[in-house]
Amino acid sequence: MAPAITLAAEAPKLSAANTGFMLICSALVLIMTPGLAFFYGGMVRVKSTLNMLMMSFISIGIVTILWVLYGFSLAFGTHNGLIGWNSDWFGLSNIGLTELWDGYTIPIFVFMVFQMMFAIITPALISGALADRVKFSAWSLFVALWLTVVYVPVAHWVWGADGWAYKLGVIDFAGGTAVHINAGAGALGVILVIGKRVGFKKDPMRPHSLPLVMLGAGLLWFGWFGFNAGSWLGNDDGVGALMFVNTQVATAAAMLAWLAYEKIRHGAFTTLGAASGAVAGLVAITPSGGAVSPLGAIAVGAIAGVACAAAVGLKYKFGYDDSLDVVGVHMVGGIIGSLLIGFFATGKGQSTATGVFYGDHSFTQLWKQFAGVGAVLGYSLVASAVLAFLLDKTIGMRVTEDEEVSGIDQAEHAETAYDFSGTGGGHIGGAATALAATETKKVDA
Amino acid sequence: MKLITAVVKPHRLDEIKEALQAFGVHGLTVTEASGYGRQRGHTEVYRGAEYTVDLVPKIRIEVLAEDDDAEQLIDVIVKAARTGKIGDGKVWSIPVETAVRVRTGERGPDAL
Repeated sequence: MAPAITLAAEAPKLSAANTGFMLICSALVLIMTPGLAFFYGGMVRVKSTLNMLMMSFISIGIVTILWVLYGFSLAFGTHNGLIGWNSDWFGLSNIGLTELWDGYTIPIFVFMVFQMMFAIITPALISGALADRVKFSAWSLFVALWLTVVYVPVAHWVWGADGWAYKLGVIDFAGGTAVHINAGAGALGVILVIGKRVGFKKDPMRPHSLPLVMLGAGLLWFGWFGFNAGSWLGNDDGVGALMFVNTQVATAAAMLAWLAYEKIRHGAFTTLGAASGAVAGLVAITPSGGAVSPLGAIAVGAIAGVACAAAVGLKYKFGYDDSLDVVGVHMVGGIIGSLLIGFFATGKGQSTATGVFYGDHSFTQLWKQFAGVGAVLGYSLVASAVLAFLLDKTIGMRVTEDEEVSGIDQAEHAETAYDFSGTGGGHIGGAATALAATETKKVDA
Repeated sequence: MKLITAVVKPHRLDEIKEALQAFGVHGLTVTEASGYGRQRGHTEVYRGAEYTVDLVPKIRIEVLAEDDDAEQLIDVIVKAARTGKIGDGKVWSIPVETAVRVRTGERGPDAL
């Protein structure tokens, strides 16, 4: 995030241009969550498609409400280095419409809703690791608890005006630590507790629809411009535009790098590889795009593309079922992007801090990045595992083996994703009222 | 009567249909099927995980024929289905006791 604009004499005034831009960016960040739902939804087998979509969608519902009630106040209020608080922001009950976010040219409401979209997608990212096997009620409760116990404090550390990592000088432009390492490490913590899918490493678990995956990746890429460029909260100095350019450049480089790696290692340019490479690039440039040059962005993207392509294989080696590679793409990509700032920061972007390859070739920034990465990774991993453990011991995290094998969509949602049969597939059951209501619209059984 | 079943490559369906029509066959049933013979399958790779897909998509064509026509009909199908490459499929026939046209109730060869 941008440091407050400190004009010599006058306080910042509300900018209609920046306000409009940020509202559009907020909508762009929102579309990433349905995009993520498609990205993940296409990667699972047919029988879990709806559950995968719903795990993302439910986050929009739950997090929106909690963010308004207390999330924003705890994450962005000023209190201490570990957690925030501002009683005026509790329930958004005492915020003036033209009251500006401190030091910026946009209203608090705009900043609040922009950050809300980040808080929505971060727990949704975790869902990809938990495919096919988690009770929807347990997942919903997990989202609420994880937002409160993990996301809110970590966002405060990294972005709060008095957060310890922010004050230390850890650079995280748009969420390499707070969003991606946080979600990736959280996913790892949960899957270590709940275990593998039935048939992991034995049954074929092919993606059921790569076109859906590509659609989702496209929506993510598009929305990510709001996520990244919007994180500067305005466009008064061109840094937001640098971020926009670097987002595009790193993503392209990562897609090409992943495809090249795959062609050499596995003999084909895969569609899933192109989509995954793009997402890996988006993840890695998220923390770093305001600090590096476009050439640096090519390096960040290319390194992330290869590293993530290699990292997704680790789950088979070590036997943890990171179903859709949340750890391999988001945690690894987030770490790569965050640490590469320590090498590639030019000192001409968001701050004057330089990496090893620039300025006086100092390692100072790299150590700061290590501190931020290590703290977020460690805290999220442990706290998420504890949350999953508590939920598992109380309401239970997993559906029964029978329900998992025959399909979580039917067990948890009472629906089927696709009906290509043309025979309707059954008769209308239930109460007489249901029959009456459908009398004119019979299923063609 | 005989039931002739052919499991063949999907893209040969149109040729087979045309050949059967030319021969004078009035109806047939087609279903999508999957299976393997000597062709075996192929390998797919998803994020580095390799899957051997041994069931290959095929179509199954079923035709009822009078006993005297059966052998000739089989030849027609085999000729239209053949590409000469591995995986062209199989055709076989079995005896059928009876057949009924549902609309009229006609039985036996009249139902064909």
